Amino acid sequence: MFPITVKPFGETAILMEWPQEVNENILNDILGYHEVLKGELSSDWVLVPSYNSLTIIRQKADFDFPTMKVKLLEWYQNTEETLVLNRNIWKLPVCYDLDFGPDLQETAEKLFISIGELIQFHTSHEYTVYGIGFLPGFMYLGGLPKNLETLRKQTPRLHVDKGSVGLAGKQTGIYPQDSPGGWNIIGRCPVPMFNLNLENPCFVNVGDRIQFVPIDRATFDLRIIEAEVGIYQPEKVVLDA
Amino acid sequence: MLKVLKSGFYTTVQDKGRFDFRHKGVPVSGTMDDLARHRVNTLLENQTGAPVLEITMTGPTLIFEDATYICLGGAKLSATLNNEPIENYHVYKVDKGDILSYGRLEKGFRGYLGVKKGFVFENVLGSTSQYVPLTADCCIKDGQEIGYLPEVSFEPKLTDLKVRSYLDSAELIVDLGPEFELFSEEERNRLFVNSFSVSKENNRMAYQLEEKMESHSISMLTSATLPGTVQITPSGKLIVLMKDGQTTGGYPRILQLTKEAISILAQKRAGDKIKFATSS
Repeated sequence: MFPITVKPFGETAILMEWPQEVNENILNDILGYHEVLKGELSSDWVLVPSYNSLTIIRQKADFDFPTMKVKLLEWYQNTEETLVLNRNIWKLPVCYDLDFGPDLQETAEKLFISIGELIQFHTSHEYTVYGIGFLPGFMYLGGLPKNLETLRKQTPRLHVDKGSVGLAGKQTGIYPQDSPGGWNIIGRCPVPMFNLNLENPCFVNVGDRIQFVPIDRATFDLRIIEAEVGIYQPEKVVLDA
Repeated sequence: MLKVLKSGFYTTVQDKGRFDFRHKGVPVSGTMDDLARHRVNTLLENQTGAPVLEITMTGPTLIFEDATYICLGGAKLSATLNNEPIENYHVYKVDKGDILSYGRLEKGFRGYLGVKKGFVFENVLGSTSQYVPLTADCCIKDGQEIGYLPEVSFEPKLTDLKVRSYLDSAELIVDLGPEFELFSEEERNRLFVNSFSVSKENNRMAYQLEEKMESHSISMLTSATLPGTVQITPSGKLIVLMKDGQTTGGYPRILQLTKEAISILAQKRAGDKIKFATSS
């Protein structure tokens, strides 16, 4: 149990907030409660968990805030702490080829490490998904090792390719679509993070973990083809066994 | 089919929006001015969420290839049907070969064209609203054909809606945002005392405002945003997120526009003045 607040967020949403810190215990508490709410609320409510908050949005109909607040707090009091969350660790392939990582060399130099060490550090950690937002399928990942923290680029690129893997500040992540961007690009992931051809277009959930796995160019090309024809399944390990 | 001879400045298909994938980062999209869509579809006795065309600033030229009934709403764009002027919020019968075209922008910024039973358009994740990268195109192109079901015998209960126009309204009714209390009393008052003007940076994703607030160093963890969320950047710039706006953000959410205020703002363009007010 954490001290939480419940407040209205405009006419269409309710914002629930936990203590303001990046902390896996807080995230897990939010996700446990999120599971309870999914059972209690009808499907016209949309739940957006992120870091230390859970936003509950009802776009299609009005609601009475005081009544909802009482119910939300009651459900929180009754949430069991031992709930199984069905989280996964996703092993996502990344090709750290210089063609895909135009900033790889420069970033390694800025960090006073070799390219090999950068790849090794980047792939030897599990990153927790603290939020999904900004763009369809964009993950906010926590847990970047200190020795990979680097400033974002002085001038953002107007075009970053879909799948590009970047480093910026305390963050690492994958650009789910072609977009402008200011992160240092160190590689590319062949797995689409948002795929409209699938019933669930984004396989990752908040609370899951990501581990990057280095692959060579040939494997990258193969994965791209497999993903296009829909036979590629990203490798996963169940976290809450 | 509706054949697009000229697409206009920025014409898109929009409906009520895409609600169910917010937690995967998918914006709501849908009409910027929901009030106009609602009125147009009500007059046509459609589902209020039925797909309409959203016409921005400069209208398209369109040929109807089947008979149907249409209704315009939102901005006043000097529309003509076969060169005869037509009004907003009035149901008109159109025949095969009729041409709808638009002229000078008189008032507002976004016009709407509704058709009986709604336009038939590709549905992606529960909505026909165009939004790249979910849909291939951001907007309607010259020469494109857009489907609709022919209709020859519709007798509307109401052919005309005498409505209060909000196109001249400059007052945006807001609720206080989640981070409102973190700002000084002086700053909070300034939001409601001053008026603000819409900057050139305005589109379906967000409207930036010209006049700046004080710079601040209030930090927060990334959290959900909504259409109508007013963010304040560290340099004091106010950004009002709109229908294609990002689903999460890390800037303090100082105000939240009501649904009606989003419609009012959607009809504003660069240079237009607005003023925030609370309902109480």
